[in-house]
Amino acid sequence: MEVIHSIRPLLAVLVSICAVPLIASSRKENIREMWTFAAAIAKFLIVVSMLPAVLRGTQFSYTLWEFLPGASIEFKVDSLGMLFALVASSLWIITSAYSIGYMRGLKEHSQSRYFCFFALALSATIGVAFSANLLTLYLFYEMLSLATYPLVTHHQDPEARQSGRKYLTYILGTSIGLVLPAMLVVYHLTGSLEFSAHGLLADTTSKALVTLLLLMLLFGFAKAAIMPFHAWLPAAMVAPTPVSALLHAVAVVKVGVFSIVRILTGIFGVGILSSFHLGTVVCYIASFTILVGSLIALSQDELKRRLAFSTISQLSYIVLGVALLSPKGMEGGIVHIAMHAFGKITLFFCAGAIFVGTGKKYISEMVGIGRRMPVTMAAFFVGALSVIGLPPTGGFFSKWYLVLGTLEANQWPMLVVLLLSSLLNAAYFLPVVYKAFFCSDEEALFENKVQEGPVWCVAPLVLTAVISLFLFFYPDIFFRLAEMAVGM
Amino acid sequence: MSQHYPVLLVTVPLLSAFIISGLSWVKKSLCFPVALVALGTSVFCAIGLLFKVLDVGVVEYHMGGWMPPWGIAYRIDLLNALVLVAVSSVALVNLVAAHKSVQRDFPEKKGIFYALYVLFAMGLMGITVTGDVFNLYVLLEIASLTAYALIALGKPDRAPLASLNYVFIGTVGACFYLLGIGYLYIMTGSLNMADIASLLPPIYHSKAVLVAFIFCMVGVCIKMAFFPLHTWLPNAYTYAPNPASSVIAPLMTKVMVYVMIRLVFSVFLPDFSFHVLHIGPALVWLACLAIIMGSLLALTQRNLKKMLTYIIVSEIGYMVGGLWLGNRLGMSGAILHILNDAIMTLCLFLAVGNIAYKVKQVGFEDLKGLFRKMPVTMAGFVAGALSVIGVPPTCGFFSKWYLISGAIQAGQYGFMAALLFSSLINIVLFFRVIEIAYFEPMNPLHGVAPKRGIIEEVPLSMLIPLLLVAVSLIVVGIYSGTIVNHIIVPVLPKGIG
Repeated sequence: MEVIHSIRPLLAVLVSICAVPLIASSRKENIREMWTFAAAIAKFLIVVSMLPAVLRGTQFSYTLWEFLPGASIEFKVDSLGMLFALVASSLWIITSAYSIGYMRGLKEHSQSRYFCFFALALSATIGVAFSANLLTLYLFYEMLSLATYPLVTHHQDPEARQSGRKYLTYILGTSIGLVLPAMLVVYHLTGSLEFSAHGLLADTTSKALVTLLLLMLLFGFAKAAIMPFHAWLPAAMVAPTPVSALLHAVAVVKVGVFSIVRILTGIFGVGILSSFHLGTVVCYIASFTILVGSLIALSQDELKRRLAFSTISQLSYIVLGVALLSPKGMEGGIVHIAMHAFGKITLFFCAGAIFVGTGKKYISEMVGIGRRMPVTMAAFFVGALSVIGLPPTGGFFSKWYLVLGTLEANQWPMLVVLLLSSLLNAAYFLPVVYKAFFCSDEEALFENKVQEGPVWCVAPLVLTAVISLFLFFYPDIFFRLAEMAVGM
Repeated sequence: MSQHYPVLLVTVPLLSAFIISGLSWVKKSLCFPVALVALGTSVFCAIGLLFKVLDVGVVEYHMGGWMPPWGIAYRIDLLNALVLVAVSSVALVNLVAAHKSVQRDFPEKKGIFYALYVLFAMGLMGITVTGDVFNLYVLLEIASLTAYALIALGKPDRAPLASLNYVFIGTVGACFYLLGIGYLYIMTGSLNMADIASLLPPIYHSKAVLVAFIFCMVGVCIKMAFFPLHTWLPNAYTYAPNPASSVIAPLMTKVMVYVMIRLVFSVFLPDFSFHVLHIGPALVWLACLAIIMGSLLALTQRNLKKMLTYIIVSEIGYMVGGLWLGNRLGMSGAILHILNDAIMTLCLFLAVGNIAYKVKQVGFEDLKGLFRKMPVTMAGFVAGALSVIGVPPTCGFFSKWYLISGAIQAGQYGFMAALLFSSLINIVLFFRVIEIAYFEPMNPLHGVAPKRGIIEEVPLSMLIPLLLVAVSLIVVGIYSGTIVNHIIVPVLPKGIG
């Protein structure tokens, strides 16, 4: 495999950090937003510029500094990282547009701080995507936790304080309490932290030790919200909606599952996981979260909380897919990172647009809202289809591959879990859409007059919905990347 | 010139201290510049020495040309060169930051303050460079006495009592140490470290040597506030005036850890300390206790400065535990943490000094809304806090890396658990403070564009040192691999696994 030493991965990480002082020092709102866009577009272009080579099987690598042999701050762009970076950087552009509509629409305070930390969080996300070893990943993982704290607690009221506390307790507590010691034990055992194709621990013979490390790392990356370390996610919904949208449907939670995918493939390796039957253990842990998450989502009346529990359950699809250890299952899991991102961000955008347009947060208050905001609700429908996994949306393919994966791995119980959960997904999303459009005039809480949210809010959500549809017809690029990642 | 660095390092501040106290009668405004020049010279000599030691190896200096073991020898290897750079730079940076608040809080005692300050720094640097156990005692007393006096300069209601308490316990500690070296002198007839080290091995099994070791260690443990001998520290550091506490807190205890390491490495030798005595595991457990109790006691505090003092107690446990793990990783971690902890404690105490400069008190209820009022200071505080918690790439993460690796290698999982526990408690401690400063008072500006002009920061001469230290947290973190490989590992004694 060809490896190009290039500074581009570092640039992709740094470009949004560099934007922070510019954003902070801008006096005019429009100039400030211009810097955000400039950084977002630059970041996207840098990522895209590496795409063709990555598709050809080339990797980019850059070592920033070596702390110890095998433990350096090093970037590596491979197909898996590229897939994630592509999703995160493209959605940052869209979310920036949406943030403008949302934050100005609600006349939020401290907008400069908001945009600064948003940029910082994106740097950390790309840093995780391009990490070549566990130390680098850990560094950016922690950076993301801290950069998102001021975003989650943006409102600075008692509720935000409570949620922020919960957020940090879960996220920092697990990463310091579980990931850090596990990382040091791995380093002690192998003398390296580098992600390798066969897994660093491939030669370890002690099953007890490997199991312990696996559990520590699996639960330690609590951003993946595997139960019982999920409670921070619904709490973090107190954040402004664009934050929930990008960070809690895309960046933060996907960083969690991405880290888990990385450690399963790069630290443990498929070989040892299947020979010790640990893949199955992870499958059961994930399927518990899938089902319980979906069931709890059913009972939530606050739209953002319902979305949050849906996210908890969907994240475990990705973990489940990779833990199946069969090529199709792993591909499905990895592609689900992208498909779920576009679907879920649409749903969050819609929730935010409804809040900006009408001030409503609860599903029971949204009966007949399709009459007032038809475009928003149509997009919501598309997003919901994608998350449920129905055609004609991109989500269909990732679910399809996951199902194929369960068959390939001969894991019948997992097949049942997937199908059951899809039904539950439909049960908690479709009534929202149904009630929004099809209700009698007496039931309807909104007049028959079209009045959408601000254009900066509506355009992004239409765009992400369209992309979700588009991915049904052209999912190739993500599948190519996932195929290469699995083939490694 | 450069061959005189070891002595200039000490004598320049020593003589300057007298000049300053003289000047305070004549022209008070000159006190600060003289102190600045004196400590600047020390920093210059310390850095020069570090490079020289890196270049040519151990540097020996014989006072007045007297040959050891009769004369006093200063002996600088990489270990004390590193500590020396840390001590002198911390003292210099804090001196700059101290100027404004000294000017405001006790202008009439300015001369005394600077004289004591320079003398204190000189004492610590002397302890670091000396290769003579009795000379070390003398310099230790200089540093301690000046520290007592600096602490007593604080608010008249509590500071004198806290200082007096420190005087009593500190004197007990010094006596223990003095008795210990007395025994050594009886047994070997020498006070020179290298000489003692060469004479001791045949009599390792003598009871007198054992007693000497125990007395020295107890004395040093009292002086470094190793739990449960820490009781003097929290009040003394809390009630000391801020410009003084922000130099005493980062340095005094750390230099005492250095003394412990020096005694183990160069006087009693690791062979005696680890193999003849077998006390390593017991001391590691005591260190665990220190770490856990320090953290828990910190949790009970409602005053920012006092909370930090208990964190120091906990951090001392890190270093003592790392040393007594008895392997290269643990010892590297302990030595690296001397440097790192000095920087991060300085960072936090400078931030406290800045806050106190604006809001007078640093009880938790006084910290409300500080992120709006003093954003830069709070950014510095957060940097220090992250380093204490151990978030990469700050230096605190890397010393924890070595310490935990050492614990894994030694199979001391209790120590690893204690380190992780204290990191988790540190999250609680610092984010509790950050929460108060960030969320309270309930923001009346919510929903309104922020007004400019509520920012009320301290003067630049206080702000720049804080930012410099905050940045150095990250720079030292980035270069910690280099520091360990090129400076720390070469000084570790041979035969340590």
